[in-house]
Amino acid sequence: MEDQVYGYIHSFQSLGAVDGPGVRYVIFMQGCPLRCAYCHNPDTWAMAGDAPACQKWTPEDVVQRVLRYKEYLKNGGVTVSGGEALMQPEFVEKLFSLLKENGMHTALDTSGVGDLKAAARVLKYTDLVLADLKFSDTGDYKTYCGASMDQVLEFLRLTESMEVPVWIRHVVVPGLNDSEGQIRKIGEIAKSFKNLTRLEILPFRKICVTKYEEMGIEFPLKDYDACSQEEIDRIEKMLGLAPGGYVR
Amino acid sequence: MMEKAWENFKEGVWMDEINVRDFIQKNYTPYEGDESFLAKATDRTNRLMKKLNNLLMIEQQMGGVFDVDTDTIMSLVTYKPGYLDKDEEIIVGLQTDKPLKRGVNPFGGMRMTREACKAYGYELSEKVEKEFTFRTTHNDGVFRAYTDEIKAARHCGIITGLPDAYGRGRIIGDYRRVALYGVDTLIRFKKADKERIGHEVLLQDNIRQLEELYQQIHFLELLKEMAKMYGYDISRPAQNAREAVQWLYFGYLGAIKEQNGAAMSLGRTSTFLDIYFERDLKAGILTESQAQEIFDDFVMKLRMARHLRTPEYNELFGGDPMWITESIGGTGEDGRTLVTKSSFRILNTLYNLGPSAEPNLTVLWSEQLPEKFKRFVAKVSCDTDAIQYENDDIMRPKFGDDYAIACCVSAMRVGKDMQFFGARANLAKLLMMSLNGGRDEKSGMQVAPAHEPYQGEYLEYDKVLELMDIYRPWLAKTYVSAMNIIHYMHDKYAYEKLQMALHDTDVHRFMAFGIAGMSVLADSLSAIKYGKVRVIRDETGLIKDFETTGDFPAFGNDDDRVDSIAAEQVRLFYEELKKNPTYRNAEHTLSILTITSNVMYGKKTGNTPDGRKAGEPFAPGANPMHNREKNGALASLNSVAKLSYDVCKDGISNTFSIVPGALGKTEEERLSNLVAILGGYFARKAHHINVNVLNRETLIDAYENPEKYPNLTIRVSGYAVNFHKLSREQQREVIQRTFHEAM
Repeated sequence: MEDQVYGYIHSFQSLGAVDGPGVRYVIFMQGCPLRCAYCHNPDTWAMAGDAPACQKWTPEDVVQRVLRYKEYLKNGGVTVSGGEALMQPEFVEKLFSLLKENGMHTALDTSGVGDLKAAARVLKYTDLVLADLKFSDTGDYKTYCGASMDQVLEFLRLTESMEVPVWIRHVVVPGLNDSEGQIRKIGEIAKSFKNLTRLEILPFRKICVTKYEEMGIEFPLKDYDACSQEEIDRIEKMLGLAPGGYVR
Repeated sequence: MMEKAWENFKEGVWMDEINVRDFIQKNYTPYEGDESFLAKATDRTNRLMKKLNNLLMIEQQMGGVFDVDTDTIMSLVTYKPGYLDKDEEIIVGLQTDKPLKRGVNPFGGMRMTREACKAYGYELSEKVEKEFTFRTTHNDGVFRAYTDEIKAARHCGIITGLPDAYGRGRIIGDYRRVALYGVDTLIRFKKADKERIGHEVLLQDNIRQLEELYQQIHFLELLKEMAKMYGYDISRPAQNAREAVQWLYFGYLGAIKEQNGAAMSLGRTSTFLDIYFERDLKAGILTESQAQEIFDDFVMKLRMARHLRTPEYNELFGGDPMWITESIGGTGEDGRTLVTKSSFRILNTLYNLGPSAEPNLTVLWSEQLPEKFKRFVAKVSCDTDAIQYENDDIMRPKFGDDYAIACCVSAMRVGKDMQFFGARANLAKLLMMSLNGGRDEKSGMQVAPAHEPYQGEYLEYDKVLELMDIYRPWLAKTYVSAMNIIHYMHDKYAYEKLQMALHDTDVHRFMAFGIAGMSVLADSLSAIKYGKVRVIRDETGLIKDFETTGDFPAFGNDDDRVDSIAAEQVRLFYEELKKNPTYRNAEHTLSILTITSNVMYGKKTGNTPDGRKAGEPFAPGANPMHNREKNGALASLNSVAKLSYDVCKDGISNTFSIVPGALGKTEEERLSNLVAILGGYFARKAHHINVNVLNRETLIDAYENPEKYPNLTIRVSGYAVNFHKLSREQQREVIQRTFHEAM
């Protein structure tokens, strides 16, 4: 008998329509090693032990919960997000393997930071990876996310070698990472991966400010403006993408 | 005569008996394609619509009523023909002699008529006053028979909205019969029925039936006369598509001239009409543009239908809706889709004429609907917020494939079933009254028979349920008695002569009960069971408030612990209602639908153990309480889907608001995701959903700057309203509702 695996979960969102294809059930894992400046889920940062509200679940129970929605998820599936899903690879691996047994499409929403060997085991059961590039240069990445960008690129190379399709997502913060040079570089990096099927350009938004206030921490980008849809359209065009970021 | 009208139609029993369904099944052409064939509005349509929009604007500026004729009692032939533009119109007929001018119809009750006139600066003429001095209205009859107990229950708001001072409505005449058979044939069949019944032993039921048949025949004669005033002979059947629409509309027009019923629904007409359109298109005597023009003109007429009602009534229902519900689509019993090109055409009026609350376009959703039709209706929802969906796959086994929706969610077989409409009982208040030994928690008045009130400081679940078991039978009996009185009197003093003439004589009757406050009751019981609820009494011992602590599951999170409480309480109330016999042996049915009265019910209900404060609105229909849903939209839908349609055969209403961005990034994604959500919800045997795809900010802006959004249409509870016709209070409540916006 293998030991029972548990996952530490921040919350569930039964209707996700923007985290992977179709209608998706989204699971937010607790705990993240990064501290990205524009993170909209600061409440998922703390590791399980330091997060009193987080819930402890077995993969089997999560599957039962997901199956209550299977009629809605026919063209969609399940997305595991966070926090950082790869901080709990055993749980996600088990969860995804069970979901695959039930015919579900699985998507892993990750920064790509984590143990590569463990990540490879998760990717075996992953239909789609959603990965944030965040910055086009290692210095910025270190400054604004607090980690090494090389790890991210290594992870992406792993998805490429395992032939798992990937959507790369890039949050545009006007004045921070949206210069033409930065954007073109992001496009270049993203398109260098053969398994890229979509490059989603996402607007920086500030609806998370109240969360920061509630938690009593300062929002590092409070002085930056939110990004407009026009800006997104412009960038998509600049990168030769179809609306929604599909790679033409 | 029949030869020309029925040329090229496939034969069937419909030729020998009144059987519209058989005619449809033998002759209709299912359509599986997309919307690309649709035609835009013609110049003529745009000109007429401009004229109508102008009138609508003036009506709004005048406080909602354009003009009232206080001299003439509205009926089929009491007005000269009226036109929007006689030379341009393709389909003709107005309720009075001028567009948007309202007539008076005091058969439901004089007081309501008098007050409605006064509220808009008119006075009911002496002529009408005098005529009704010697007449008994429905309202008079009811109050002669009401008991003190019923009056008290009504007064404190544990039962409200009863149709005791206005027309009951919710009856759908089979207006298609006018087109298919012509009125003379309908009269011939009714005379035969009268003859047949005359041979039976004559006791009160048969005698009443004979008198009703006499009235039905009389009104069919009047209907012919009404059409003749517009230059049409509808004694014969319709011979082409335009005539079919005109004949059908005359049937409907006669009904809304005769009756000021709360909901005057249209039925299921577009696929029936499509047969005529297909025949004319095939014969080369009609183009697609002309076909659309006929639909556009027809719908324009429906948008002009008006009744004179009091501001209180309008406040309750958010404007002055008539629930001109048209049921579209669905699947036939043989598995063929009932979607036709005309299903698209009637929806296309929302583009050609702009969004509108009326007619209340209702899509009968079936898993087997053509995928392209599903996508199209999702698009209409995203673009207009003007349509609703009801689950054909759970209704068809009960009602067959030729039923329609009356009002918001009430299914009935067209021409075969009717219902006695009965508003709703307030179950949140039942809980409060049970705790307080039959006293009203707001006034302290003893309403129900006295019993020892709840003892002790903390509420215990089992003890609370025991008290409810004492008061539930009282409420059910009082409610059924009130309904029996109302419908006895309505049949006696305000019988729907024309609408019932367009039904089979041996009609099946439902008595449609309803409940409000379902989610408040469920959450309150959940708080008692899983949290800790301390009672706070006033100096007379009345329980007026609660201190609720601890976590408890709330309805709307797909949590069986509380969802099962909701389902159980609904079932218990239905079982209790069924123990009381009904007038004319009507079949008991139940709905969970509040229309917009959830605001008013909230006003009449004190603090509740779920933490809701006195006066705060209830959630509408079967919706979870606002913003208690913590697990996203699908969890909320799953909770509602658990309520049993077998128990609530009169419908379970759910209103769903989602911001566009939460449905997907591109339009294609949004449409396919909305289709997936609807498909999933209905696969779980849910009954109904109103869909709004809009941002809260839009509503706030419309609240603050109404002039910027003259046509903003939103779904509220089983129907659509123009946002600006809602009261300020209702607007605020709609803004407070849960908007699913997870991104």
